[in-house]
Amino acid sequence: MKNLWLILTKYNAFFFFVLFFTFAVYLVIQNNSFQRASAINSSNEFIGSAYARINAWQSYLHLRELNVQLAEENASLREQLQLLTAPDSVVSGAVTDSAGNIQYRYVVAKVTNNSIHQKNNYITLDKGRKHGIEKGMGVITSNGIVGIVLNVSAHFSTVQSLLHSETRVSAALEDSGAFGSLMWGDNYNAQLGLLKDIPNHVKVREGEQVFTSGFSLFPPGILVGQVAQTGASGGDSFLDIHIKFSTQFHNLRQVYVVVDMLADEKETLESQSENDG
Amino acid sequence: MAKIFSYNIARFFVLVALQVFLFKNMGYYNLATPFPYVLFVLLLPVGIPNFILYCLAFLTGIIVDGFYDTLGVNAAACTALAWGRILFIRVTLQSDQHENYMTPLVGTVPFRWYFLYVFVLTLFHHSVLFMLETFTFHQFQYTFTRILLSCIFTVVIILLFSLLFYRKKQR
Repeated sequence: MKNLWLILTKYNAFFFFVLFFTFAVYLVIQNNSFQRASAINSSNEFIGSAYARINAWQSYLHLRELNVQLAEENASLREQLQLLTAPDSVVSGAVTDSAGNIQYRYVVAKVTNNSIHQKNNYITLDKGRKHGIEKGMGVITSNGIVGIVLNVSAHFSTVQSLLHSETRVSAALEDSGAFGSLMWGDNYNAQLGLLKDIPNHVKVREGEQVFTSGFSLFPPGILVGQVAQTGASGGDSFLDIHIKFSTQFHNLRQVYVVVDMLADEKETLESQSENDG
Repeated sequence: MAKIFSYNIARFFVLVALQVFLFKNMGYYNLATPFPYVLFVLLLPVGIPNFILYCLAFLTGIIVDGFYDTLGVNAAACTALAWGRILFIRVTLQSDQHENYMTPLVGTVPFRWYFLYVFVLTLFHHSVLFMLETFTFHQFQYTFTRILLSCIFTVVIILLFSLLFYRKKQR
């Protein structure tokens, strides 16, 4: 004890320095937004790579499910391919070449972190800016939509899940084509969502499928879910339709980030019309 | 003793006021920005207790930070400066001088020692300051240039100040 005290007094200059300097750096990180952001970002990078390492191990455990999913997707794609290559529908010369104007490109990403039990859920992906992912892109999976890219670092990106109180996606009903905005709503069930702003006169049947409308970040015609409850409660001029998501959020492994090549063009045009009007 | 006290208080107010009202607006293309307020910490009496030195240095830094909107950056740099000052004095001065309350200003101390003292400690202070401000090792060359040019700028101003208050017969 005496020796400890001796050391402390002998090198008091150094210990005071450490004390005051730590406090000052704490102040810097707490109160200056740039430094805070970069400190948190670097730790995010660190945490992200830690998750990625764990996930690399875990992914072996889920290979079976993943294989089943991929096989199902293969089957459905093969079905579509059959329709396209059916011999009788081809009239030579009348086919328009659409290769020059592909609008959407898909980046495959692995989920390294996922939550479904919070009020606002986020997902971390193992692809980032280097792979062409930018803020605001849509994320889908083989059987539904997942969310919207919120932040991007060099190798990782975080996704604001569909299970988030702020997420809104434009979705349309299969039969009538009426579109409204899809949100998670005020429940904690990872399978149920709410489709709002559908006018009261639209006829909705239970089990009807709901697709993306193409007005937001997602390509049109992606399955979102099925109508679980038509919600014709009367009084209001809009329906609150309960949707059962087709996406299985609890075992999300592999997702596709939608890169909209024409997003910039569309945005500029729309902002121009807004300015003119 | 009372004289040293009042001199230091006056120096504190003058230097901080000059720093935040005058030198804040000076600079050379964001490459060289002078921080001559460090002179206050440099000119505190040699024998000042470490704890008081750290407190005063931290306080000065925090006040300058308040005007610069960079809470903590200058305070950290000044704390580092105080540490550097303690080490520098311990290494270069004889131990009988450690205890007395002289002000390390030209006239009391030889010019060569004074110049080295100011240059080394200013460089240390500016290194910490700019590194904390940029907070990244990207473009380190640019940060390094800023540190060096700012240091030269500050040292020139400090030497001009010192010459203004130069009094030969003080020993």
